Amino acid sequence: MSKIRTLTVETRCYHCGEDLPFSPYILADKQFCCLGCKGVYQILSSHNLESYYAYNDVPGQTQKTQLPRLEYLEEPTVAADLVDYQDSETTVITFYIPAIHCSSCIWLLENLYKINPAIVQSRIDFLKKQVVITFKNKILTLRELAETLSRIGYEPLISLQDVVKKQQHDVSDGQLIRKIAVAGFCFGNTMLLSFPEYFGLSGLEQQFKDFFGWLNLAFCFPVVFYCGRDYFSSAWINVKNGILNLDFPLALGIAVMFLRSAAEIFSRSGAGFADTLCGLVFFLLVGRWMQKHTYHHLSFERDYRSYFPVAVTILKDNKESPLPLNKLKQGDRILIRSNEIIPADAILLNGTAKLDFSFVTGESIPVDKILGEVVYAGGRQLEGAIELEVIKPVSQSYLTRLWNNETFNADKDRIKTFSGMASKYFSVALLSIAIGSGLFWLFKEDPSRALASFTAVLIIACPCALALSSPFTLAAVLSIFDKNKFYLKNTAVIEELARIDTFVFDKTGTITNPEAANFTFSGKITSLQKQCLSDLARNSGHPLSRELVKWIALPKKYTALDYKEKVGRGISGRVNGQFIRLGSTAFLGIEPIPQLQGSTVHVMIEDQYLGYFLLSQQWRNGFKELVLSLGRHANLHLLSGDQEHDRKSLIPFFPSIQHMHFRQSPQNKLDYIKTLQNKGHKVLMFGDGLNDAGALKQSDLGVAVTDNINNFTPGCDAILDGSNFNRIPNFIRQAKDAVSVIHMSFGISLAYNALGLFFAVQGTLSPLIAAILMPASTVTIISFTSIAARLYARKNHLL
Amino acid sequence: MNMIYMLIGISILLALIFLLAFFWASKTGQNDDTYTPSIRMLFEEEATEKADQKSDEDHL
Repeated sequence: MSKIRTLTVETRCYHCGEDLPFSPYILADKQFCCLGCKGVYQILSSHNLESYYAYNDVPGQTQKTQLPRLEYLEEPTVAADLVDYQDSETTVITFYIPAIHCSSCIWLLENLYKINPAIVQSRIDFLKKQVVITFKNKILTLRELAETLSRIGYEPLISLQDVVKKQQHDVSDGQLIRKIAVAGFCFGNTMLLSFPEYFGLSGLEQQFKDFFGWLNLAFCFPVVFYCGRDYFSSAWINVKNGILNLDFPLALGIAVMFLRSAAEIFSRSGAGFADTLCGLVFFLLVGRWMQKHTYHHLSFERDYRSYFPVAVTILKDNKESPLPLNKLKQGDRILIRSNEIIPADAILLNGTAKLDFSFVTGESIPVDKILGEVVYAGGRQLEGAIELEVIKPVSQSYLTRLWNNETFNADKDRIKTFSGMASKYFSVALLSIAIGSGLFWLFKEDPSRALASFTAVLIIACPCALALSSPFTLAAVLSIFDKNKFYLKNTAVIEELARIDTFVFDKTGTITNPEAANFTFSGKITSLQKQCLSDLARNSGHPLSRELVKWIALPKKYTALDYKEKVGRGISGRVNGQFIRLGSTAFLGIEPIPQLQGSTVHVMIEDQYLGYFLLSQQWRNGFKELVLSLGRHANLHLLSGDQEHDRKSLIPFFPSIQHMHFRQSPQNKLDYIKTLQNKGHKVLMFGDGLNDAGALKQSDLGVAVTDNINNFTPGCDAILDGSNFNRIPNFIRQAKDAVSVIHMSFGISLAYNALGLFFAVQGTLSPLIAAILMPASTVTIISFTSIAARLYARKNHLL
Repeated sequence: MNMIYMLIGISILLALIFLLAFFWASKTGQNDDTYTPSIRMLFEEEATEKADQKSDEDHL
């Protein structure tokens, strides 16, 4: 068995499972795709940690990326912000490590002490992708710890707006759990104590009646004043603001039930509604908890601070030193190395800047800057190091100014829910029925019955089932979306999704697929030559080479001899007897071709120029079908920060040219959404980069599209995994169906209410009927909503 | 029959103890991570000799 396995694994890297290059790195008859993977294996095997590979096949992640520079962790101010606890001996720190994905990760990271004895303990929280590490700070510095982690392939993600800290402050969640526990405890006990009354007590047992009654009342106190407190305060605040929401009849029901139970028990006239009351609060709180779905590994509130690095290297008196970003000021000279992000607007002083602004502006082609030019914050330097002088502090840069916009200060708490709207009418109807039946019995000169019917109406019509129908339906839909990698910030987003009539798309990274590339070749090339090119490019780790190999899609045939690579410029080698060069025009020594937009790879075989490959963007899978299906019922718009080079290819997708806008600044995008909203449209924005942050925030529903859920996503209402981009119509249908499920369950609970009201208005509501009706309606609603939501999901091909 | 008073008192006391135990458990963070321990318990104490025992159950 194990023999077969080794045979099949052989062509893959032992560490990360990627395809092996032509000449794999070999260590102890294991093959590796790169030095990084080999290095990780070396470290692990030297510390007797090879079981890492036993728990899962190829548990590692590719190590082709460079190790990060972590000097800034030496800076005490930076370190102080990051650690959880520190004394003279030990430090405790929580790292967020996106690479955590399998049981091998847990095993390895919890055995860190074997690699470095200074690490006292490490505990993983798998779902949050966090590891809490306790280490001796005299032997090991924070930087060394982070570097140790990076070296074994678990690079911690450290950003200004730290993911870890924010999640620890979730106190209200624990409080809700405690309230549910108390309510459940009281519910169980009151039910037990109420049963004898319902079954009937014989004359001998009458003495217990008072005792049970008092005990029941005692259980009601914590339920009303501790667990149900929020309902009173929320109802009070809303009534003061002239809003009747569902909390009002709930609070009224709880209060009336409590007072009437107390009165009945004090006056020994009845048993009271203690168990109904406790059950009501218990179910309500459970519904509230269901609604509070949290994703531990996702954050919907990120801004530029989590995109920027924590610290930057500054140059002072020709010496490099790390400086925390918030201390960076005008006039500082900073050094940006390849693959680092420019944190503030600055002037280029030294070096060749080739900057990738795709995340900030949507512009997909790297930008070259010359000395003395102003470079805006947010660009990623692609090759070589550059020196810059800061001209504006971080918070005032062109990019970050967007966050000073009023849209970001306004709370986006304006989603209207169906239950919110319906409860207004419900409350009014309920009050009028209660008062009406009270008055009716007063006219009949039966005041005691008048009071009984008035209170009974408020008790029985207490909209418990009504209050539960939304949370349970939406929670079911939320978990269905979750399975399809569509993560919503909260349940209200589903109802908003059902109302959307206008879709706005960003281009770069949102509708284009950053993973898949499409090449077009200009010139003449034979398939044999293609074969040779592919076999040459196979040796290189450069993204363009890898894309080219993927695109040509021919199996390896020849071996490249005399292979040479000039990083970032080109590759050369002898394949099938021919000397081939692939790369930039400068590398080939030919005249650059003007008016070429996009990345190009030029080909030269035996000193004869054949032509070039042009990398063009490819739309995401199913984009065409998606647009066709959405376009039938909604307006589609395109907002791109990019140049117009894709306009032609996009025309078939969008209804009119007026709906396509290029060269849009982040502010333009925000304003465009606002104009659409002012025309009365409900706008959904799909975006991915920082430049969409304003538009995402302004739109009625901002959806961030990403190919790796752990990557940075701007603040939004929902995060969608790029692989499921084509299922958006299904999601929208499901959201619409969810709303109709809510409507139906409202109908069901109203029917239960009407049944209860039949007894209540006559003033003949016994505690037994209440005790049966309340749980029965609750159970019906819970099962109906979750079953219906799943049936609809199956219909919509989401399950 | 007066025994019932005492029995009910004891039952409520017991239930209260469990409630407090739950409070204590959630306060000390025992319910914070409900997933990782289920994997952690599958790891062998001394892993070096078990390296060959690859099995599909270990996959996530």
